[in-house]
Amino acid sequence: MHRFANPTQFMRIANAIFPWVAGLAVILFVIGLPIALVTSPPDYQQGETVRIMYIHVPSAWLALMVYGTMAGGSAAFLIWRHPIANLTAKAAAPMGAVFTGLALVTGMLWGQPMWGTFWVWDARLTSFLILFFLYLGYLALGDAFEDSERGDKAAAILCLVGSINIPIIHFSVTWWNTLHQPSIMKLGGDGVKSSVDGSILLPLFVMLGAFTMYFFAVLILRLRSELLAAKIRNARLSQAAVGDALGQAAE
Amino acid sequence: MSVFTTVLARDLRLALRQSADSLTVIAFFAIATVLFPFGIGPEANILARIAPGVVWVTALLAALLSLDRIFTVDFEDGTLDQLILSGAPLPVVVLAKVTAHWLTTGVPLIIMSPVLAVTLHLPAEGYVPLMLALLLGTPTVSLVGAVGAALVLGTRRGGVLLSLLVLPLYIPVLIFGTAVIEGAITGVPVTPLILAGFAILALTLCPWAASAALRQAAE
Amino acid sequence: MVRLMVEKTFTAQTFSGANLSCRRGGRLVFAGLHFAVPPGGALILRGHNGSGKTTLLRLMAGLTPSSAGHLAWDGQAIDDPDAHAARLRFVTHLDAVKPALTVAENLSFWMSLWAGKTNESALQKSLQAFDLKRFETFPARLLSAGQRHRLALSRLLVAPAPLWLLDEPGNALDDASLAALARAIADHRASGGQVVIASHGSAFVDDGMTLDVGAFTPTTAAHWSEEE
Repeated sequence: MHRFANPTQFMRIANAIFPWVAGLAVILFVIGLPIALVTSPPDYQQGETVRIMYIHVPSAWLALMVYGTMAGGSAAFLIWRHPIANLTAKAAAPMGAVFTGLALVTGMLWGQPMWGTFWVWDARLTSFLILFFLYLGYLALGDAFEDSERGDKAAAILCLVGSINIPIIHFSVTWWNTLHQPSIMKLGGDGVKSSVDGSILLPLFVMLGAFTMYFFAVLILRLRSELLAAKIRNARLSQAAVGDALGQAAE
Repeated sequence: MSVFTTVLARDLRLALRQSADSLTVIAFFAIATVLFPFGIGPEANILARIAPGVVWVTALLAALLSLDRIFTVDFEDGTLDQLILSGAPLPVVVLAKVTAHWLTTGVPLIIMSPVLAVTLHLPAEGYVPLMLALLLGTPTVSLVGAVGAALVLGTRRGGVLLSLLVLPLYIPVLIFGTAVIEGAITGVPVTPLILAGFAILALTLCPWAASAALRQAAE
Repeated sequence: MVRLMVEKTFTAQTFSGANLSCRRGGRLVFAGLHFAVPPGGALILRGHNGSGKTTLLRLMAGLTPSSAGHLAWDGQAIDDPDAHAARLRFVTHLDAVKPALTVAENLSFWMSLWAGKTNESALQKSLQAFDLKRFETFPARLLSAGQRHRLALSRLLVAPAPLWLLDEPGNALDDASLAALARAIADHRASGGQVVIASHGSAFVDDGMTLDVGAFTPTTAAHWSEEE
């Protein structure tokens, strides 16, 4: 465990992985984007709008996976006081919020031709809207303390509370949705199930892979810059401490 | 006296001596509910349709405004440090404080709710389910709210932040709380037991989460 | 002189800390700090502003975790914060006094929390020790800052605990109250208890050990991101 707790060691591993992850992301995007957006056939029911799904589904998948990553990191931070785990959760959070936002926006764009309106209280969209608020809360809490270390722990606890609540919220929203709107066309996962077709699955999986690799690549970059920032902050503080000590010696 | 009753008795006594705080929460509940007819119009059938949701939403907001009472003063005057150092299990202390909060805000909200429901023309068969739903739902509101209140201790703009943290977590209670009332009105009953289930789940998890938050606030 | 606590003798145990370091806000406050307070002993914490006296006291109380080193009671490393909390009283710069409760109610709350019951004679003794008897039934909001602080100090006596941690206990006190505090500390030590006092001014004891926390302020802070 402590082998990974050492940031220098961690960065060595992360730096070794980075070119592979980043390269894979680029390759998958280069393959996936043209297939998904141009060459794959339009859906017999949804027409060209089905292409939104190739952005929407990976975004939605990452919105959840990032929260899972954050929950894992927060738990490791609270239990083992593992600084890298905390940094991972913190670095992943803004990306999770962006992916959730992207899933919402693409969901709305898909909804316009399908439902004739940009917003329908569809169970999935509603759940993602609430998830978006959970991300905002996490980011706001982490940023609300003068002492950033305090914010770290508070945000970690909030993240775990949220991760217990997400299934409950999703269950409640789904139940509420069936109560009020018995039948509307579902976006994303169910759409895939209703027409399991290689022509859709291939670009979908390539895009899922591309998004996931992109997330890991950016995560490593963000972690690297966080660690460097911590180093700089520390160098400044020890400089200030030396100055303070000199000042007192002179008094 | 046990730790639980000692802390509960003290918080109840404090709330009684500062009863204006509880009354303010009730007054907020009333004024916020009364705003809806002005915004929507006084038509009885429309108000009756939205009454369960309006009462629940305003009750949640009223409870939200009272949450900072649970820990903020104790945090600022040094009582929290002493409570953590009391040697007593902190989750028990938290549970006692949450119970006091529920008794001094949740219960008055429940008692007040039928009066406000009258102004919204809630159908007669909705009153008992309304109070039952609030009775089973407000403990969860206090428990989850306590975790949020503990997390925002020592932050800038704690109140606004608190609403961002806890309101999303209140959505399940709101959904089922409203559904219980509407179910009774429309004749498709929804079991209130699910609200009790939420309360039990919150009871088993929230005191520990709030304790962890309090300990890090005191560091 | 009223000997308050002679009847209660604490089982003799040493409170010690080894190689303590503390980091706050990414800054190393102090490092490599050692201390040991034997039964009946007193430790005076000195140091300039920001040297970490309060942080050290909070660390000794188990509120703030140390980033290195450990605390020990009777040579055993302290790993249960609640068990440690039960044997200490901590007077911070915040008085933890509830303005809406009377002076007696304020005291009896802590007494029943710490001792599990209220004991009228111990309550009266605590009130008398810091000359608060006259205010017994007053709501605490009528007290002056100095009187509130005396109320906080009188909490030390409502339920016995061997380890007293006092953060600037002389603040806002008049001469008579300072003398009362010195007497309470002397009685506590005579019955086998120990005190740790962070103080700029009067130390309240003649024979205490002194620890200059400022001397442990590291000039070059090693960060965890450095190679170790």
